Amino acid sequence: MKLTLKIWRQKNATAKGSMQTYPIDGIDGDMSFLEMLDVLNTELIEKGEEPVVFDHDCREGICGACSLQINGEPHGPDRLVTTCQLHMRKFNDGDTIVIEPFRAKAFPVIKDLMVDRSAFDRIQQAGGYISVNTSGNTIDANAIPVEKEDADAAFNAATCIGCGACVAACKNASAMLFTSAKVSQYALLPQGRVEATRRVLNMVEQMDKEGFGNCTNTGACEVECPKGISLENIARMNREYLTASFKG
Amino acid sequence: MGNFLAIAHLRRKFAIQNFEKKTIMGINSSSIARKVAMALSGLFLVFFLAQHFTINLTSVFSPDTFNEWSHFMGTNRLVQALLQPILIFGVIFHFVMGFILEIKNRNARNVKYASYKGGANASWASRNMIISGIVVLAFLVLHFIDFWIPEINTKYIVGDMSGMHDGEFRYYHELQEKFVSPLRVGAYVLAFALLALHLWHGFASSFQSVGFNNKYSKALTKFAKVYAIVIPLGFIFIALFHHLNHNH
Repeated sequence: MKLTLKIWRQKNATAKGSMQTYPIDGIDGDMSFLEMLDVLNTELIEKGEEPVVFDHDCREGICGACSLQINGEPHGPDRLVTTCQLHMRKFNDGDTIVIEPFRAKAFPVIKDLMVDRSAFDRIQQAGGYISVNTSGNTIDANAIPVEKEDADAAFNAATCIGCGACVAACKNASAMLFTSAKVSQYALLPQGRVEATRRVLNMVEQMDKEGFGNCTNTGACEVECPKGISLENIARMNREYLTASFKG
Repeated sequence: MGNFLAIAHLRRKFAIQNFEKKTIMGINSSSIARKVAMALSGLFLVFFLAQHFTINLTSVFSPDTFNEWSHFMGTNRLVQALLQPILIFGVIFHFVMGFILEIKNRNARNVKYASYKGGANASWASRNMIISGIVVLAFLVLHFIDFWIPEINTKYIVGDMSGMHDGEFRYYHELQEKFVSPLRVGAYVLAFALLALHLWHGFASSFQSVGFNNKYSKALTKFAKVYAIVIPLGFIFIALFHHLNHNH
C-alpha cells in the first residue's frame, strides 16, 4: 500500500508547528496504524531525520496512551477501537492520511503528536476514588449486595481508559464524558455513595479549572469513544451535580 | 440594642451577598450550572412558543377569536406587567448565555484542526446552534420592529388601549397586512426553518442537560423532535395562509 501522510510536526511545547508531508510505501493491510508510523520512523531515522513522536504503550487498546486525530476523527474512522487497534486495511492504496495531535487548550502539545493529558489525572485526583482503610482489615467489596443493573452500568463507566478522544472529538473540547464516566463508576455503587457529594463538586470544579469547554450535547464523544462510554453518564453527572449543589 | 440590630443587618447583608456570589457566580463559573440554565431557559421558550402558536393558529379559523385573544394578551395586566418582562428576560438570558458559551467553547480549542470531520459523529443542527440561534435572533429583531414596538407605541405612548380601529378590532387586520410582502414571508419561512433545526437539537437535549436520561427519555426525545418540526411548520403555514388569502 502506498500512502501520503500529512503529519503535524512541532519541535516542543512552545515552538510553532506545521503540517509536513511524508510519502510512504510498502504498508501492509494487517499492520496497525502505530506499526505504520513505526515503519515511517525507521525510514526517518535511517535518513538521519528526527522521528515523529507519538504516544503509545500497551498496543492492545486497554491503556489509553495512544491518541491521534486521524483524518479528522480521534482514533481514526473505525468505531470502538483505539489507534493501536486500527488496521491499515481500513485505508486504500493511494490515500492521503492527515494525522494531528488531539487538540484542546487543556491538552497542550509536548512534541509532534504527543499531548499532555495530565489534566485528566488532576480531575481524577480531585475525587475519582473511594477512601478505604487498607491497613489489614479491608472489607470484601462483595459483602455489600449491588443490583445487577447498577453493577453493569458502573462497570461500563469504569471501562473508560482516559484516552481523551471525547475531548478531541467534541467541537467544544469538553471533558464531560470522561469526568462523567469517572463520577458514574462510583456514584452507582454503595461504596462510592459515601463521598458522592464532594466527589462530583470537586471533579467538575477541577474539570472547569483545566479549561475544557462546555458540553452542548452534540454526542460526538459517545460516537468516537473507543470504549463506547454512554451519554447517560453525562446526564447522571448533571443529576449528581445538581443534587450535590443543593446539599452544599 | 442598636448594636444587635446593626449586627443582624450586617449578617443579612452578608447572607444575601453570599447567596448572590454562590448562585450568580455559580452560573458563570460551573459548566454544568451554565448547561442547566441554558436548558431551563430554552424549555421556557419552547413552552412560550406553543402558546404563541396556539393563538396564531386561531387566525386561520376565526378572525374574531384571534382578535379577542390578541386583545386579552395585549391588555391583561398580569400578562403585560409580569409575563411579558419574564419572557423578555428569558429571551435575553438565553441568547446572551448562548454567546458566552460559544466564546468559551471556541477558546477551549485554541489551535484548530487542519482536518475536522464534525459530520462523522454529530448532526449539523447540534454543531451549529450558534448559526440557527443568530438567525432566530435576527428574526426576533424583525418581529419586534413589526409587532412589538408598534404595539407598545399605540398602547403606552399614544395611550390607546381600546385595540380598535375604525370601529373594529385592529389585530387581525394588522396581521394580514404584515404578510402581504413576499420578502417578509420569505424571511419568516427561513427563520422558522432555522428555528426547527435549533429546536431539533435544543429541545431534545435539554432533558439530558437537566439530568433526565431514563426509560422515558426515548419517548420524550421523540416528542421533542416532532414538536421541533410541527410547530415551526405550523408558523410557516400560518404565514403562507395569510400571504395567499389577504384582501388586497
